[in-house]
Amino acid sequence: MNLTFREAILTFKRAPLLSVLSVTTIAFSLFVLGLFGLVVINLQDALHNVEERVEVVAYLLPGAPIEATAQALKDIEAFPEVQSATYVSEDDALARARAELVELRDVMQELERNPLPASIEVKLKPGFRDTDHVAAVAERMRGFGFVDDVRFGRDWVEKLDRLRGLAAAVGIVVGAAFAVVAIIIIGTTIRMAVLQRSREIAIMRLVGATDGFIRLPFLLQGAIKGLLGGMVAVGLSFAAFLLINRYLLQSAFFTQEQAVAIIAFGALIGLLGSTISVGRHLKRV
Amino acid sequence: MIKFTNVFKAFPKGGLALKDVSFHVAKGEFAFLTGHSGAGKSTVMKLIYAEERPTSGEVRVSGYNVNEMRPREVPRLRRKLGIVFQDFRLLEDRTAEENVAFALEVTGARSSTIAARVMRVLTQVGLAAKAQAYPRELSGGEQQRVAIARALVNEPTVLLADEPTGNLDERATRGVFQLLRDINASGTAVVMATHDLDLVRQAPYRVIELQEGALVYDSAVDEARDQAAAP
Repeated sequence: MNLTFREAILTFKRAPLLSVLSVTTIAFSLFVLGLFGLVVINLQDALHNVEERVEVVAYLLPGAPIEATAQALKDIEAFPEVQSATYVSEDDALARARAELVELRDVMQELERNPLPASIEVKLKPGFRDTDHVAAVAERMRGFGFVDDVRFGRDWVEKLDRLRGLAAAVGIVVGAAFAVVAIIIIGTTIRMAVLQRSREIAIMRLVGATDGFIRLPFLLQGAIKGLLGGMVAVGLSFAAFLLINRYLLQSAFFTQEQAVAIIAFGALIGLLGSTISVGRHLKRV
Repeated sequence: MIKFTNVFKAFPKGGLALKDVSFHVAKGEFAFLTGHSGAGKSTVMKLIYAEERPTSGEVRVSGYNVNEMRPREVPRLRRKLGIVFQDFRLLEDRTAEENVAFALEVTGARSSTIAARVMRVLTQVGLAAKAQAYPRELSGGEQQRVAIARALVNEPTVLLADEPTGNLDERATRGVFQLLRDINASGTAVVMATHDLDLVRQAPYRVIELQEGALVYDSAVDEARDQAAAP
């Protein structure tokens, strides 16, 4: 094991140029993947913010009894899809309209009677913010006798649904394509490293080295290159994130777990690439 | 030790590299393998170290049957052999000492014993003073000595030398040849492929000659027959 480790490390010393090239290739392949990952997580964040605003509003008939309304509020909060339900009285609604609709303040001042109905505003739990669930909750709320009308912006929620589906599909397809390209490029780089040492491999075999013994330093070396490449990729992504934040728009970066996952993915590709390359090489000669 | 019985070896693209070759090299023996380029000397060598398998016939080397050998057994056979080539096959980015140590390391030898064993064989081939030199800093003869030290470090029962003096000038040739004789004198069998007939005539060793893949002369067999025929 000691020897394996030494041989793996020595390669960096003996073939510094090719080693740097491998790490750089892995780094940039993963960087492209990482940038795409950043786009995806920021898009998801944006979608999530929009989703937060999905709500179902039930407008109540004038003079709805207080006790019944309070009971209904409790019932609605007990729905499995519901995150929160808030009662907005007629006065609250008017106060809010005054605050929000500045242009109409004068009109509001002159009102003799409050024209706004009381309402119950319902927010849904994440995962239930799609057309089907929203419609189902709205339908149930219509069942209360003192409810006049229920609104939830069906068109808008449907659009959100489609956008979500599209984002997921693009994310998977483009992400997979980037990942495949990264794997191919990294595999080729590692194959070069193996070919560069084919003479050494031949000599190792002549003096009686087992295939396992020959393979091990390559695997370790591949994993180390992948690991370093992954770290550089995360570093580059972070630099890109800082630049975007400063000059373009406020965005989110990977969580710690996601960053670790990228580095681990690099190590895994490095390991896999060398396993395949060395295996093929040993089989052929 | 090494036994070929009716060995045929076909080239991948047709034609025969070896035709019905049979011979036996005993423990501790020194045998020359001679013949022109392309006569099949290297093929015989490759069969001995299991780089190739015979197309038919049987090859046995220190207890292993090369015909039936599993791939995982090949390294074990090679650790019992020392192999030396015309082009030395040293690793350019390692010192003489590291090149020799390499052959021990791959066998999983304990690191505490490696240094001493490496120094001993380097001394034996007369290169102890140049242990830290890289191959490019050594002459051809010296590089071949490093290769021989590497071949010896595992204490092989047979040393295979495929044209070991082919790239060397006359003086280096004599030195390397004397080294091989000394190694043989200490009990290691040596099979040396060469087309240098001067070398062959110098020494009273067995000669096996190949011509176009066929064994045409074996001094051990032919001399015995001549003696039997003599009145």
